[in-house]
Amino acid sequence: MAFDAQAERKFKVVGTRVARPDGIDKVTGKAAYGADISAPGMLHGRILRSPHAHARISSIDVSAAEQLAGVKAVVTGADLAQPEDDFFADVAINCLARDKVLYDGHAVAAVAATSKAIAKQAIRLIKVDYEILPHVTDVDAAMKPDAPVIQEGRALETVPAGMSQNVTTHCQFGHGDIEAGFAKADKIIERSFKTAATHQGYIEPQACMASLGSDGRGEVWCCTQGQYMVRANCAAVLGVEESQLRITASEIGGGFGGKTSTFIEPVALALSRKSGKPVKIVMTRDEVLKATGPTISTSMDIKIGMTKDGRITAARGELRYSGGAYPNETVDMGAQAAFAAYDLEAVETVGWNAMTNRPKEIPYRAPGAPTAIYAVESVVDELSQELGLDPLDVRLMNAARKGTLSSYGPTFNEIGLVATLEAAKAHPHYVAPLGPNQGRGLSCGFWFNFGGNTCVSLNINDDGTVGVVEGNPDIGGSRASISMMAAEELGVPYDKVRTVIADTSSLGFNDITDGSRVTFAVGLATIEAARAAIKEMCRRVAKIWDIDEEAVLWEDGYAKPAGPNAGEHPPMSLAEIAAIAGNTGGPIAGHHEVNADGAGVSFGVHLCDTEVDPETGATKILRYTVFQDAGKAVHPDYVEGQMQGGAVQGIGWALNEEYIYGEDGRLQNAGFLDYRVPVASDLPDIETVILEIPNPGHPYGVRGVGETPIVPPLAAIANAVSRAAGVRMTELPMSPPRLLKAMTG
Amino acid sequence: MKTIPVETTINGDSTEFLCHADESLLDVLRDRLGMTGAKEGCGTGDCGACSVMLNGRLVCSCLVLGVETQGAEVETIEGMAKGEELHPLQRVFLEEAALQCGVCTPGILVAAKALLEKNPDPTDTEVRYWLAGNLCRCTGYDKIIKAVQIAAAEMRSA
Repeated sequence: MAFDAQAERKFKVVGTRVARPDGIDKVTGKAAYGADISAPGMLHGRILRSPHAHARISSIDVSAAEQLAGVKAVVTGADLAQPEDDFFADVAINCLARDKVLYDGHAVAAVAATSKAIAKQAIRLIKVDYEILPHVTDVDAAMKPDAPVIQEGRALETVPAGMSQNVTTHCQFGHGDIEAGFAKADKIIERSFKTAATHQGYIEPQACMASLGSDGRGEVWCCTQGQYMVRANCAAVLGVEESQLRITASEIGGGFGGKTSTFIEPVALALSRKSGKPVKIVMTRDEVLKATGPTISTSMDIKIGMTKDGRITAARGELRYSGGAYPNETVDMGAQAAFAAYDLEAVETVGWNAMTNRPKEIPYRAPGAPTAIYAVESVVDELSQELGLDPLDVRLMNAARKGTLSSYGPTFNEIGLVATLEAAKAHPHYVAPLGPNQGRGLSCGFWFNFGGNTCVSLNINDDGTVGVVEGNPDIGGSRASISMMAAEELGVPYDKVRTVIADTSSLGFNDITDGSRVTFAVGLATIEAARAAIKEMCRRVAKIWDIDEEAVLWEDGYAKPAGPNAGEHPPMSLAEIAAIAGNTGGPIAGHHEVNADGAGVSFGVHLCDTEVDPETGATKILRYTVFQDAGKAVHPDYVEGQMQGGAVQGIGWALNEEYIYGEDGRLQNAGFLDYRVPVASDLPDIETVILEIPNPGHPYGVRGVGETPIVPPLAAIANAVSRAAGVRMTELPMSPPRLLKAMTG
Repeated sequence: MKTIPVETTINGDSTEFLCHADESLLDVLRDRLGMTGAKEGCGTGDCGACSVMLNGRLVCSCLVLGVETQGAEVETIEGMAKGEELHPLQRVFLEEAALQCGVCTPGILVAAKALLEKNPDPTDTEVRYWLAGNLCRCTGYDKIIKAVQIAAAEMRSA
């Protein structure tokens, strides 16, 4: 769907800072999240998890647990279907292991009981005999030919023969003559980097309440980024039909990609089917960290050549990612994103994924991109430093722009990278003085953005108000943005529109809330649905006025005669048309179904000042500014909120957050005390500068904004810290002990 | 295990409940009294999502036993607005978009109110350190700090 042709459109609602429709409930404690709903007769579920990193399950004896008073059902992997499809089979064995446990925290069995306390007691009565197997948690170690094999026969055809069976994915692409490019360089830097796995760290643990009858009909209430995804996973894992499952998404307490899979819903359904009662499962924080979503851990080599005036002559990257105990293709996205910010004559990117005894990777905000771009942007910064060049000028000289053949294949359309870099260069932050032990870093960031499958239904109510029904859970204020676009298009005030999120039985399929797609794709479908309703309203008015449909136009919420030939008719408002809809043909609605493309790639630039403490290795963020192209900021507060929130998650990734595994393959820091996410006192204000370079693929020019902001912080901070500390940092997180060691040699 | 009768006052209302000796105040509020505004983000006192006031002191309700509230005064997010009238902090949080997913918001509002009762004119640094026990993963805290300061200024001039 193309950008509306009219130049300099004057928006009335889009671009304002209206109140959010879910606001009152959220500030008064009324909003119902995953764990906030109960049902009459409900049981409490609890899951037994593996204490071992890698082991064969010899036997599971549940008899003692079943005999405990108050226990109504016990299930193991044998109670779930065995889907033939690899994707669903992985979901199933990750929900409840079958033959082997693949990581510390892997679910093995579950109980449902009349109280939380009894359920907790019951799982301790389940006896599991394990045959402990050798394990591997490091990606480089997992790729060695003699590494313990986590799963056999899972490599894709693209993986060359003779490698460890842990290697499942291989990709390679680029263009130009790499060797000739490096030969032209005045300086070449080649460095290796490692980054730790981090967790999305949503404050609300996964929670659900589920009911499934012996007739295969079921209901699930859960916090998720995609109720249709939950339905598909549950149907496959339970062996029931999708039409018989109704999934309702609760308010969601953060996701960041981490709630794009299912861990507990199929288990709760299986317990419900067996017990005949609704079952609620709420994860503990320990379970969240051990068994849901961390991101990939990585090991990367980057080589870049540059002329002495700053032109990149060639670039090569090799990325080794591990997405835990299952095959995973996140490295493809990392490899595609790595050099996306640059206009390069010669570039090659190679990617590998290797399985390790870690939990299954679940996407985390721009999955794959932050780490790859961290490594690339670190080398670009070091080259700039070594050649005595301004790092921003170097980015500008090499920046991708409209017409650039990207490193991953497509040729870019209208993109905002140069404008974003220029905004950073013009900002007072860039020239502010620095003190001792202080350094300034910057980094570009990139994300693809997605569109995807989307259904929207828009109803004109008889009192002249508007109801929008969409199918994507709202994490950061998308209901407000969707209502704003409906109001804009219909020409009615924002507060006349209410947007709700449908359950799976009330609206057609929608892809999950991911890929920064909702404001773009649901917005686009909402605009089209509004246009369909407008067309119908004009048709009704044409009938009343007894003129041709084409002779009625829609303007500012009114149907009007299109010109003098249409005759003299007083304009009819949406409310007037709605009130008599029953007499003109019945209820008025518009709907739109689309697999949206044209999402429009997104670029950002972050500037960061840090001060390092030479005695402790601690880093303080002194100043932080985010510059990003939003295409069109529908609700600027929420765009800023995405930019600030993403930046701070990146700050955590850069400085503190880390999955720490012991020699025994067990996770050593499964709690918020030891897995330390940024707190308010760690941070300065996060300044934001929104740029608006319209996306040609959306009628209002909207681009997704949610993911790009987590991409630049890793390198922006690493570059600032490296300059402040006088030593190039190549491993994340740059926690105080690691930095102190680097500084003191 | 036997349950224990407890008499307490919650948001000004005298309240009686039965609970087990090892049951947290958070579980009592959520599971026995249907007050689900306080959230369990960690259960170990690290995230602050379950913040409530106990006898005028800010606590994590996951670290308090239900039986400890015998004869006490408990204040929760459910008591912050007076009927239709939001507390200035609640209103300003909405006006300043100081929440995204909102799951940390009840705890942050309870904690911020406790701060302003002690210190009506805090510096940004004081707000940041006071709220350091309340994790928010969505906002980066920027708009939260600004909202607390705007509400504080409004409350001082009221």
